[in-house]
Amino acid sequence: MDHFPASWGRPRNDAVDAYSTFPVHQRPQNTPKDAFSAGVQRTQQPIVTGTSVLAIKYKDGIMMAADNLASYGSLARFKDVQRLHPVGNNTVIGAGGDMSDFQYIQSILDELSIGEFTAQDGNTLGPAEIHEYLAQVMYARRTKMNPLWNALLVGGVSGGKKSLAFVDLLGTTYSASTLATGYGAHIAQPLLREAVEGREDTLTEEQASSIIENSMRVLFYRDARSLNKYQVATITEAGVNISDSKYLETAWSFAEGIRGYGAQTQ
Amino acid sequence: MFRNTYDSDNTVFSPQGRLHQVEYALEAVKQGSAAVGLRSKTHAVLLALKRSTGELASYQQKMFRIDDHVGIAIAGLTSDARVLSNFMRQQAMSSRMVFNRPIPVNRLVSAIADKAQVNTQEYGRRPYGVGFLVIGQDVNGPHLYEFSPSGNSYEYYAMSIGARSQSAKTYLEKHYESFADASLEDLIKHGLHALRETLQQDKELNVNNTSIGIIGPKSDAEEKPTPGGSFRILENDAVQPFLVTMRTKEELAAEEAEERRAQKEREAAEAAAAAPPAAAGDDDVQMSG
Amino acid sequence: MTSIGTGYDLSASTYSPDGRIFQVEYANKAVENSGTAIGLKVKDGIVLAVEKLVHSKLLVPEANRRIQTIDRHIGLATAGLLADGRHLSNRARDEAASYRDVYNAPPPLSNIVDRLGLYVQAYTLYSSVRPFGISTILGSVDQNGPSLYVVEPSGVFYGYNGAAVGKGRQLAKTEIEKLKLSELSLREAVMEAARIIYVVHEDAKDKEFELEISWIGPESNNLHVHVPKDLFQEAESKAKEALETFED
Repeated sequence: MDHFPASWGRPRNDAVDAYSTFPVHQRPQNTPKDAFSAGVQRTQQPIVTGTSVLAIKYKDGIMMAADNLASYGSLARFKDVQRLHPVGNNTVIGAGGDMSDFQYIQSILDELSIGEFTAQDGNTLGPAEIHEYLAQVMYARRTKMNPLWNALLVGGVSGGKKSLAFVDLLGTTYSASTLATGYGAHIAQPLLREAVEGREDTLTEEQASSIIENSMRVLFYRDARSLNKYQVATITEAGVNISDSKYLETAWSFAEGIRGYGAQTQ
Repeated sequence: MFRNTYDSDNTVFSPQGRLHQVEYALEAVKQGSAAVGLRSKTHAVLLALKRSTGELASYQQKMFRIDDHVGIAIAGLTSDARVLSNFMRQQAMSSRMVFNRPIPVNRLVSAIADKAQVNTQEYGRRPYGVGFLVIGQDVNGPHLYEFSPSGNSYEYYAMSIGARSQSAKTYLEKHYESFADASLEDLIKHGLHALRETLQQDKELNVNNTSIGIIGPKSDAEEKPTPGGSFRILENDAVQPFLVTMRTKEELAAEEAEERRAQKEREAAEAAAAAPPAAAGDDDVQMSG
Repeated sequence: MTSIGTGYDLSASTYSPDGRIFQVEYANKAVENSGTAIGLKVKDGIVLAVEKLVHSKLLVPEANRRIQTIDRHIGLATAGLLADGRHLSNRARDEAASYRDVYNAPPPLSNIVDRLGLYVQAYTLYSSVRPFGISTILGSVDQNGPSLYVVEPSGVFYGYNGAAVGKGRQLAKTEIEKLKLSELSLREAVMEAARIIYVVHEDAKDKEFELEISWIGPESNNLHVHVPKDLFQEAESKAKEALETFED
């Protein structure tokens, strides 16, 4: 609706008012925007990407893992990238997808937590609040046809309650006691469900850690964009801990027997 | 009426560094009928005196619901209050939408205070002519804040604003130490007693001119369940169960005299029992610590 | 005062014949009427303290803060109109956020103070606004160590080792000058700050006040926060003791 009565009933272009007799400097225009600026092209694909993130609930809280690889297409371009990021004192986000978009998300979350810190009033943003905020940001961006190309897991503990949720570039959200993004959503998720569901409140940290490690190993075997170097975040009532990088033990000798693999000619 | 050179607009400091227009805006708050607020560890309540322009008119609206967990009582220009309370509602909804979190009450109050400050510094505006008492609940429990047109906001144990609010304040200052552990019923009773102090001669509180706003668990005297969240406004017949709990001023005075006498006797007994005698407690509470 | 009745003192955009801007001077009067605020810079940190005059015993202690946090490592204390203080601290937070947006790094205090000085000065140029009725102490600790500044209503700002604004600033400055700031530990500075606020309050003994202290240093992880409760209580009781001996 055009709220300027003076423009009502006028033709759609300014040709009739060439001498600007209209008393306002800039009249609101109902005409379409010029073709060039309307022709802006938005992000259509991610560039430097991270692969799966896994997360599960266990007795003391949430455990989340992601490898340290950022790929450039099929090239393993950066092998020392941290894809787990703490927000506040009891939340971690993990990201797959475009790493520069993820860095942007880190910076807006950092600004958000500074705003929360400077208020100094005892109120904090917990995992549920941060997930809601991210969901709003992701959905708003996709609605502008300019998405942040990520799939994110948000996990944390707040007021004794474990919280684990997902949001992606479309603004889709869901939550469950095991979550995985990217290739992991196909390969690891069934394994995690099998191991975790029904045991969220009994699994020890060691058990959780070995479930995560097994799934990361399977992913490293199966996912050509993954790395055998990864980090694990644990979020408990006590706070956030993000481990140093760990290496997966893998065995590839079986590959020798596979036809079409390696140096065999027959 | 007295006037001076430095009081015609916001953008002029007087030689003493005062802002007369802002001080006049504070006077506008005192033109409105009184509102009282007080809080305990579990509840915060608002009580307000509604005026009516005549037999044919309804009583004015003194309380506004902002969100499930926040409500306000106003004194001063109602139309300014409506604008500000709309803003507060938007802020509250935005917090719920963006963060899925009830807005922290102090931030809501600061937001309107910051808005009001702008109107004390720029030409072509006037300061808001309304004061609020805001009650709300968040992770730290119930709260009571005062907002004023000067752009200041403070948190109180108990406070009153509006016409003759000084009398209510005197009552509150005398009794506030007992509010923390008071039941909801006692808290409201104290509030009504304080509000009564602001009445003109030969007027009294009744179901038509009294509003009660409550945050916290329900009282047995509330018949209807709370819709939505924890903030609710009681009016008309719903106020009656609380009005009947009030004591007359004479009864209160008699009780007080009795209490003083008992106190004296206790002291005398203690003095007799132990020497040197214990010093009488000082009413003033140190605001530090 | 020669300013009154001349007509040269009604607007920030008017000079008097001798080149003064009276509205800015009047804004300073608003500062002088308010409780004292001080800031101390020592080797490894900053202490801010204010004398918060309490206008009613119904106020909730500790709830109504006059020391604000601007960024993780920056604190701000004002003397003057309380609401103006909130306005300026909101602006300071925006400036800090804007610096972070551009440089993706914590803002140095010199940069923030520079921008705030320009902002405050703009309010001394026009008849359509009034100057800020506050003097502002800002302190921070960053990779270059601690720093401390005061922004005045005119928009001018200076760096300090010890700063005092508000009603008791003269006495406070005298007391700060007696300290060997470069040799004090941060904890000692907290004690001294509390003592100085108690000393300057002596002039307005009849009025109730509440002490408020914040710090930035190794013990707070270089974050700007109010001092921990036990330290606060220790500082306050020591200040009260010192005052008694001061009187004798």
